[in-house]
Amino acid sequence: MDFAVNILALGIPFSVALLLASLGEMFNQRAGVFNLGCEGIMAMGAFLGMLVPYAAGQGAPVSGAFNLLGLLLAMVAGALLGLFFGLAVVTFRAPQGIAGIGLQMFGVGTAGTLFRHFVGGTQSIPGIDRLPIPVLSEIPLLGPVFFSHNPLVYLTFLLVPAAWYILFRTPWGLRVRASGTNPRAADSMGIRVNLVRYQALAVGGALAGLAGAYLSLCQVKMFSDEIIAGRGFIAVALVYFGHWRPLKITGGALLFSLAQALQLAIQGQGIDFPYEFAVMLPYALVIVVLAFSRESLLLGPTALGKPFNREMRT
Amino acid sequence: MTKQFKVLYRTAIILLAGAAAMLLGAFILWAIGADVTKTYSVIILEPLKNRIQIGEVIIRAIPLTVIALGISVAYRSGIINIGAEGQMAMGILAATAVALALPGLPKAVLLPLALTAGALGGAAWGFIPGLLKAKLHVSELLSTVMLNYIAAQFYTFCLRGPMLDPAEITMGSGTPQSMRLTRAVWLDRLVPGTRIHTGVYIALFLAFVVWLLLWRTSWGYRMRAAGAGERAARYGGIGVAGCLVAAMMISGAFAGLAGAVEVAGVHRRAIEGITGGYGFSGIVVALFGGLHPAGIVPASFFFGLLIVGADMTQRMAGVPANMVLVLQGVIILVIVATRMVLANPYLADRVWRRYRALFRRNMEE
Repeated sequence: MDFAVNILALGIPFSVALLLASLGEMFNQRAGVFNLGCEGIMAMGAFLGMLVPYAAGQGAPVSGAFNLLGLLLAMVAGALLGLFFGLAVVTFRAPQGIAGIGLQMFGVGTAGTLFRHFVGGTQSIPGIDRLPIPVLSEIPLLGPVFFSHNPLVYLTFLLVPAAWYILFRTPWGLRVRASGTNPRAADSMGIRVNLVRYQALAVGGALAGLAGAYLSLCQVKMFSDEIIAGRGFIAVALVYFGHWRPLKITGGALLFSLAQALQLAIQGQGIDFPYEFAVMLPYALVIVVLAFSRESLLLGPTALGKPFNREMRT
Repeated sequence: MTKQFKVLYRTAIILLAGAAAMLLGAFILWAIGADVTKTYSVIILEPLKNRIQIGEVIIRAIPLTVIALGISVAYRSGIINIGAEGQMAMGILAATAVALALPGLPKAVLLPLALTAGALGGAAWGFIPGLLKAKLHVSELLSTVMLNYIAAQFYTFCLRGPMLDPAEITMGSGTPQSMRLTRAVWLDRLVPGTRIHTGVYIALFLAFVVWLLLWRTSWGYRMRAAGAGERAARYGGIGVAGCLVAAMMISGAFAGLAGAVEVAGVHRRAIEGITGGYGFSGIVVALFGGLHPAGIVPASFFFGLLIVGADMTQRMAGVPANMVLVLQGVIILVIVATRMVLANPYLADRVWRRYRALFRRNMEE
């Protein structure tokens, strides 16, 4: 029982970075834009998120305002990178897959360059502490699993129903879905498809930036070049796996993070298993999951990956 | 539209694109307070100042050419291979394993055997995403990225475990690397004083082979047709699924071979970090070279220059070497956007009418 509680308590915070990034990617893809550069935006978010409290305190504890400022900066930079990507794939209609790789290299490279200049080497920061909810965290079993996490963990899980509501119950959500499903029809109804796609990219970018900042400020509490370690790509895969629906995406993110927690726990038990193979596991899981979610291709936004051009008839 | 206008239009857009790429890179340089012109001139000119550095540029251009050739074969066939990094790692492992297992063989046998093993290792790693795409419609972008991470871990595992140099265990230094390979698999050095090796010939030969295969055989025609229009190709009786798998295996084989050549020609043992981003740089080289062998060879020299130059900026201009990744990312974004702008007939037409109106008014005045 303790073992299960430990894994859940460990795994739930792990899911946050994946979940934030996938929710953002879900908005992008629902609007018809496949943003493979998520990984690069997360790297920039991770760096900028830790830069503010690091510069303010040089490693010493700083007031919470600097942490908040770091999160905010990461989100703004993420939104800007999303818009920058939009310039390439929405305005110039570049093929999205390869452009996404460009954005990924640009983001990871920029984060690494700025990190070496402004920080130098590995520096740990105090980051954002856990915030156990007063009474609820005292409950046996449920307390440690659900109510003694980082404030961002609670916020992220509140974001799931919010994302669902925005996507399926607001006019903007309808516009996003229309732009990704049938942009021509949306256009004829007066929706400015490319504007909606830019908006979705800004939202998705901001969430990816926040996901990166969560990693550097709350989970690892430092920045390194390998901090994202493919989570951006896994987040994109989770959107397919989750059929572009917030709740299913949450399920997928939890599946991955619990698998990761389980793997750490098993290693902690001293079972002899090559470390490298344990690290491979989530990546292999992505491939298996994608191979078995073939029907998801029928459910996805039909205009996903197709640039919209008002001047063309098809 | 006059021909003169078309040339002018294309040139202007390409120049604008180049300026945009330089400017985006300059933003990052300004952010870290570096001297922009000095950084660019160090990257582009400094490696050309002496023989040793030019040699270093060329030995980086070799794997870049080979990998970019493979990527362009895949790209032309309608599948984007961003898994060259992992395929290269598998090629290195396969070539090293063969060389270590059969140390007694003469060079004429062992060297081709090791290179073939490298190509097969890469091809096997390319076969997985190819098959997944053809049979299960798994996005090759995601599967190849994941296979990169898996290959990187497997590579480290092999260097720390089964392939670890026995001397490292007795010495206790524990550097994860294989034993030094026998001389029989070494590619000879060509120019005294530099590390340029016979891999140059292999790269140039492969460039010729790719051109021959893609543009001078019916097989190449089928591959390009599958990439240009999947439905039309299928209607024309081309087995698109088979083309995808074949393209991915060839692409993987090239990346694997690049790894084998790199081990046999430069490092002469499997060490950590051999792949070092060549797989991703290969994408930029392939795009920059217009997905054609005749463009890829000079493009790989240019990006070899960029990689060597970026290593020098740290010392000479205080700019971290990661800057090369920034430039490569920007170049990809700019190239793919520019290709679409150039292919847009409406825009060209609009500009043409403006241009003509302007020209007429000047005439009247």
